[in-house]
Amino acid sequence: MDNKTLIARRVAQELKPGNLVNLGIGLPTLVASLVPREAYIFFQSENGIIGMQSVPEEGLEADDLTDAGGSPISALPGAATFDSAMSFGLIRGGHLDVTVLGGLQVDRMGRLANWSIPGSMVPGMGGAMDLVTGAKRVIVAMTHTAKGEPKIVEVCTLPITSERRVDLIVTELAVLEPSPDGLVLRELAPGVDVETVLRSTAARLIVPDQVRTMNLG
Amino acid sequence: MRKTVQADQVITRIPSGASLMIGGFMGVGSPIRLIDELVRQEINGLTVIANDTARPGVGIGKLISARLVKRVITSHIGTNPETQRQLLAGDIEVELVPQGTLAERVRAGGYGLGGFLTPTGVGTAVQEGKRTVEIEGKVFLLEMPLKADFALINARRADHIGNLTFAMTARNFNPLMAMAATIVIAEPQEIVPVGVISPDDVMTPAVLVDYLVARRRADGQ
Repeated sequence: MDNKTLIARRVAQELKPGNLVNLGIGLPTLVASLVPREAYIFFQSENGIIGMQSVPEEGLEADDLTDAGGSPISALPGAATFDSAMSFGLIRGGHLDVTVLGGLQVDRMGRLANWSIPGSMVPGMGGAMDLVTGAKRVIVAMTHTAKGEPKIVEVCTLPITSERRVDLIVTELAVLEPSPDGLVLRELAPGVDVETVLRSTAARLIVPDQVRTMNLG
Repeated sequence: MRKTVQADQVITRIPSGASLMIGGFMGVGSPIRLIDELVRQEINGLTVIANDTARPGVGIGKLISARLVKRVITSHIGTNPETQRQLLAGDIEVELVPQGTLAERVRAGGYGLGGFLTPTGVGTAVQEGKRTVEIEGKVFLLEMPLKADFALINARRADHIGNLTFAMTARNFNPLMAMAATIVIAEPQEIVPVGVISPDDVMTPAVLVDYLVARRRADGQ
């Protein structure tokens, strides 16, 4: 299993029947393909739909039915579409159960940075700031390091997305739970030991006596 | 009430330096014929308010590539390397706004509100230069309304007097922008007689639409 599939499979365990879920572009979108349809989980895409489902077979795409990246999607029976003000009313107004987002950095306070690398890459925040501020539960799904550099740091050096403490960080090595006291190491990926996680992390971690092995479903 | 026009005629009414709200999300639900006419007639120095700048050669991306835009107020430019290149070279001014805040600023402009309070952006770079207001112990940013000289919008369907409907995810910013600009130009994919769109199904009422872009002529215009 590659790293991204492992992360997506662990994140999929967090989604509960009846949840309204918004997935960021990239790694998080993998999660949708791992959730069985009978799980009754509704995915929102912030460009204006609840009930999106994966790409239709070739030839059945509709020009006016796309995800937030502009790629064709399909819709479940029971789907609903709306304008951008309502879409973000759903996000900010406390109606969104879970958002899963990628990250550039997360710090010991559980703050996420994922929208800008000043001077080199300024893509813009899109819907990320509203999602992190408004979702009931924020899950960061990302690789533990980038080009060997830890992405989990003491204090974000990149511009943060929100002051809000995220709820869970899932990487190919571990599951970390931000708390008022710092980042708690909750789970290890199969075959990974605590030392490996500590070596790949630039923030102090709280390591309880019991650290579970990741449940991959 | 609406007047039916050809795309090339209506674009001659837009002066260089105008502010435009343009509907669409990654080009989906953007008024493509109007954008093509802006490029053909080289209307430049534009301020564009839009969700994103799509990709080079797609939707609003065509205006960026043609260097017609001096300032863009948007939530995302990451999919258009040309916008990023012009930004880093100092050739275009980019105001990045969280997407929900952008939608609500347009809505506030069209709904006659003096601004609104949002928790989004508190404690981030977005807060710089903005007033904060504390309500019941929670801090909010005061965000200001947006208006524009023109709204260029796409609709799935219009009737003869200009009532509009939108389709699926092509709705996005279009109905919000139809409320927030001095002159509203709607480019429908289809025009039908009055009555075909039921009153309950109208998403943007005809009174908001100043110009309805006519069906493409046989010569392609």
